[in-house]
Amino acid sequence: MSTAHYTSLTIDQVQVGDKLPPLVHEVTTTSIVLGALASRDWRPMHHDRDFAQQRNGTRDIFMNTPNQAAWLERFITDWAGPKARIGRYKFRMGDAICPGDTMVLSGQVESTETDDQSCSWVNLRILLAVDELVKTRFTARVALPANADDNPWARTGARWQP
Amino acid sequence: MDDWVTCMSHEEDFTIGLVDALSWLDRSRHEVVGEFTVEQGYFWTACAAVQNGNPLYWDEQLADELTGGPTAPLTLLSAWFRPHYWMPGRDATPLPWQTHFELKETLALPEAVATDSEVVFGAPVRPGDRIRCSETLRSLSAVKTTKLGVGRFWVIDAVCHNQDNVWVGTETMTGFGYRKV
Repeated sequence: MSTAHYTSLTIDQVQVGDKLPPLVHEVTTTSIVLGALASRDWRPMHHDRDFAQQRNGTRDIFMNTPNQAAWLERFITDWAGPKARIGRYKFRMGDAICPGDTMVLSGQVESTETDDQSCSWVNLRILLAVDELVKTRFTARVALPANADDNPWARTGARWQP
Repeated sequence: MDDWVTCMSHEEDFTIGLVDALSWLDRSRHEVVGEFTVEQGYFWTACAAVQNGNPLYWDEQLADELTGGPTAPLTLLSAWFRPHYWMPGRDATPLPWQTHFELKETLALPEAVATDSEVVFGAPVRPGDRIRCSETLRSLSAVKTTKLGVGRFWVIDAVCHNQDNVWVGTETMTGFGYRKV
């Protein structure tokens, strides 16, 4: 199917303060282990409860960094569509995310801009919370198409300024 | 002050290995070439793990139209240079972020967690790519106390290129190595 069958936000459809639809996920042992192995992270704190409790001092195995990033990526593109291209993200992790947690991703548009290569950007602030306690704070800079004919993925070299 | 110095034991000495560790600052080290070429099956496994239905990764025609062919989920970047858990002739599992684990050992900080992550993305990664990555220690903090323990923060860059020497991304990890209190 071509792009005509998918919805992608354009920059003119986005305003500062816009909220992204929340994403709720019931965290399980399976989802943590799947996420770790999908990112080729074999370290034991992500699949061995005894190790996590005794060596890391956490209550259970916990979600690894690349898996949190993968949830972030999904959250952003669920909202913005396939033309959205993440330029950079940054996050700070607080408490561990463990099996039994119900995690909620929420976010909003902090600012929009156009760079000197005429690429349109939206800057997002995103939180991952469990029981309304923030576990991870993200910021992300995402290129959005300027119009229906624009494609951020076509940018290369100096035209891509993440 | 003298009483404090004489009471300091090995377990309390946070200067162990500091000179060595500081000598690594801003030096590119541990260049790693991915042990396998990038493959599409991993894209789908990664998407399945978070139920990511972005059609860019599942719809071949769309991928052709937008990105000139299939591309990897961006957040899989570090997977392409993580070593296998086991290979023939391998006695121990090599660790990614070798600088991070070397800092733990050198500074005698037996536990460590990643606290911050920042990634900047360059050219998309594609099936058949072979990703090369090198690490650089950017900073090492003074001794800090957190709820986990006492130790030091460090910041490490992993700069990645493909086989054509095109930059595909840089991942920056902040780690906290510590001793439990």
